[in-house]
Amino acid sequence: MKKDEIIRVLKIMVRNKLSLTGIIIIIALIFTAIFAPFLAPYPEQAEGEPNLEEKLQPPSSTHWFGTDYMGRDVLSRVIYGARISLLVAVSVVALGLLIGVPLGLLAGYKGGAVDAIIMRTTDIFLSFPPLLLALLISVTLGRGLENAIIALGVSWWPWYTRLIRGMAISLKEKPYVEVAKSMGISNWKIIGRHILPNAISPVIVQGTMDMGSAILEASALSFLGLGVQPPTADWGLMVSQGKDYLLNYWWYPTFPGLAIFITVIAFNLVGDTLREILDPRLRRRFL
Amino acid sequence: MKLWEYIIYRFLLALVVIFFVITIVFFISHVIPSNPAALWAGAHPTPEQIERAKEELHLDKPVIVQFYYYLDGLLHGDLGTSIRTHNPVAEDIASAFTATLELIIVAELFAVLIGIILGVYSAVKKNTWVDNLSRIFAISGVSLPAFWFGMILQLLFFKQLGWLPLSGRVDTVVMLEHPLHVITGLYILDSLLTGNWAILQNATWHIILPAATLAMYPVGLITRQVRSMMIEVLQENYIRTAKAYGVPDWMIYMKYALKNAIAPALIVVGLSLAYTLVGAFLVEIIFNWPGLGRYATYAILSMDYPAIIGVVIVAASAYVFINLAVDLIQMYLDPRIRL
Repeated sequence: MKKDEIIRVLKIMVRNKLSLTGIIIIIALIFTAIFAPFLAPYPEQAEGEPNLEEKLQPPSSTHWFGTDYMGRDVLSRVIYGARISLLVAVSVVALGLLIGVPLGLLAGYKGGAVDAIIMRTTDIFLSFPPLLLALLISVTLGRGLENAIIALGVSWWPWYTRLIRGMAISLKEKPYVEVAKSMGISNWKIIGRHILPNAISPVIVQGTMDMGSAILEASALSFLGLGVQPPTADWGLMVSQGKDYLLNYWWYPTFPGLAIFITVIAFNLVGDTLREILDPRLRRRFL
Repeated sequence: MKLWEYIIYRFLLALVVIFFVITIVFFISHVIPSNPAALWAGAHPTPEQIERAKEELHLDKPVIVQFYYYLDGLLHGDLGTSIRTHNPVAEDIASAFTATLELIIVAELFAVLIGIILGVYSAVKKNTWVDNLSRIFAISGVSLPAFWFGMILQLLFFKQLGWLPLSGRVDTVVMLEHPLHVITGLYILDSLLTGNWAILQNATWHIILPAATLAMYPVGLITRQVRSMMIEVLQENYIRTAKAYGVPDWMIYMKYALKNAIAPALIVVGLSLAYTLVGAFLVEIIFNWPGLGRYATYAILSMDYPAIIGVVIVAASAYVFINLAVDLIQMYLDPRIRL
C-alpha cells in the first residue's frame, strides 16, 4: 500500500462517525492499559489483594463498579484487565502472522508439492470448528495465559497463509521478480526483498481487524477457566467468577463483560469500515 | 474437472479431513497428563482396581494400539465409554445432540427472520440513521461475548421482569405431570406432534432466551449480507423498470429484489450454522441446556477423554459436512464459482 493511499484510507476512516468512534475507543483503551496504575482507584486490589470487609458492595461513589466476592474494586480490576486484553490481542495475531506468513510465502512462491502440502494442511486446520481447536490445545497445554495465547495463535495462522499465498502467487509473475531471478539472486533474497514487502500490508490490515475476534475468543477460553488464572484481573475470568453472583450482585459480571463488548465492537467498527474501503479480497472473514 | 468429479473430490477431502481430525484429537488427548484409569475405577481406588481399569480401557497397550482399537470401534459406531458418566459416549452424544440441534434451529430461525427484515430495511434506507442503527446492531451482534449477553438477558427477563425462566430445557414438574412421548428428540416438535400443549408452552418459554443469545451472531452476519446484496440488486435495470411502471415499493423490495438477495443470505445461514454449533457451547453453560456444549465442558473439566474426543469428532464432522453442503449449494446457485 502506498503512502498516499494510507492517507486516503485514514481520511475516510476519520470522516465516518462509526469508525472514528472505534478509533477513539481503541486509543482510550491503549491509554488505559499503559496508565492503569495511575487510573485505577485501588491498584493493589487490581493486582489481587483481598479487601474482605467490603465484599460484594453495590456500585457507590467509592466503588463505581461495586466490589467482587473478595471485596476488590471491580473498576480497578476492569482497568487492569485492559492490559491483558491488549496483550492477548497483539500476541495472538503476532503468533498467527509468525506462523502463517512464512508458510504462505513459501506455498505461493514455490508452488507444486510444497504448495499442495501447505494448503491441504490449512484446509484441515480450517475445518476445525473455531474455538474448538483452541479449546483442545489449551486443555493439552494446561491452563494459563501463555498457553491460551499459543492455542489461539496456532488455530489462527491458516487465514494469513491463505491470504499471503494469493499475494505471493500474483507477485512472483511480476517483471521485477523475473529479472531478479534471471540475475541469479537467491530465492530467499527474492522472497525477503521483493515479495514480502509488497505482500505484507493487506495481511497486517487483516491482522489488526482480527484483534477484536482474538479478544473475544480469548475471553471465551478464560470464561471456561482455561485462560488467565486468578488473581490476575482478566475480563473473561471476572465474568466467569461473577456468573454465580449474577442474580443478587449484578454489577460483578456485568461491567467486565461490558468492557469485552465495547473493546471488541471498537475493533469491529474499524474493521468493518476498512473492509468496505479496501480490496474485496480482504472480505474473507466476518465470521 | 466435471461437476460430479469435483463433488466426489470434495467429499473425499472431507473424509480425509475428518480422519486427520480424529487422529489429531486422539493423540492430543493422550498427551494430557491425567489418570483416566483412576477416574474410571471410581472413588478411592485400590492399585488392583486401577490395574483392572487400565486393562478395560486398553491403557496398558501402546498408544498406537489404542488408536487401532478406537478406530475399529468408531467404524461400528462405538465412541467408547465415558469415564465420567459410565455411559457409551455415542448414547450420551446422541441425546445431547438433539438438545443442541433444537437450540440451533430456533436460533437460526430468529436470525433469518430478523436479519432479512433489518437487511432489506437498511438497504432501502441506505446511509440514513436507520441504516447506521442497523449497522451498529449487526456489528454488536458479532462483537457480543455470548456467555455474557446470556447473563444480561437472564437478569432482565428473569430477575427484573419475571417473564421467562432462568435456565433449563423444560420444568421437571411439567415433565412429570405431562410426560412427553419422544419421537425426534426435539421437544417443541415432539410436543406439537403428540398434542402435548403443556410441554409445548413450557419448552418454548425455555428456549427463547438461549436461542436469542445464540442468534445474535448470525443476525449480524445475515443483516450485513442481505443489505449488501439488496443494494446491488436495487441498482439493476429491471428494478428501475419496475419502478417506472409504478409497481408499489414494498412489492419491488419484497418480491423482486429480495428473491435475488435471498440465496446469498442462505449461504451465510449455512456458514453461521457451523459457527453457532460452537457458540452453543458457551450458551449452554449459561442456560444449563443439556446439549453437546454442556456435555463437552464437563468432559473437559473432568478430563473424560473418550467423551472429549467423541464430541470433537461429532462437532468437527458436522462442521465439515455443513461447509461442504454450503459450498456445493453455492456452486449450484452461482455457476461463476464452478471450476
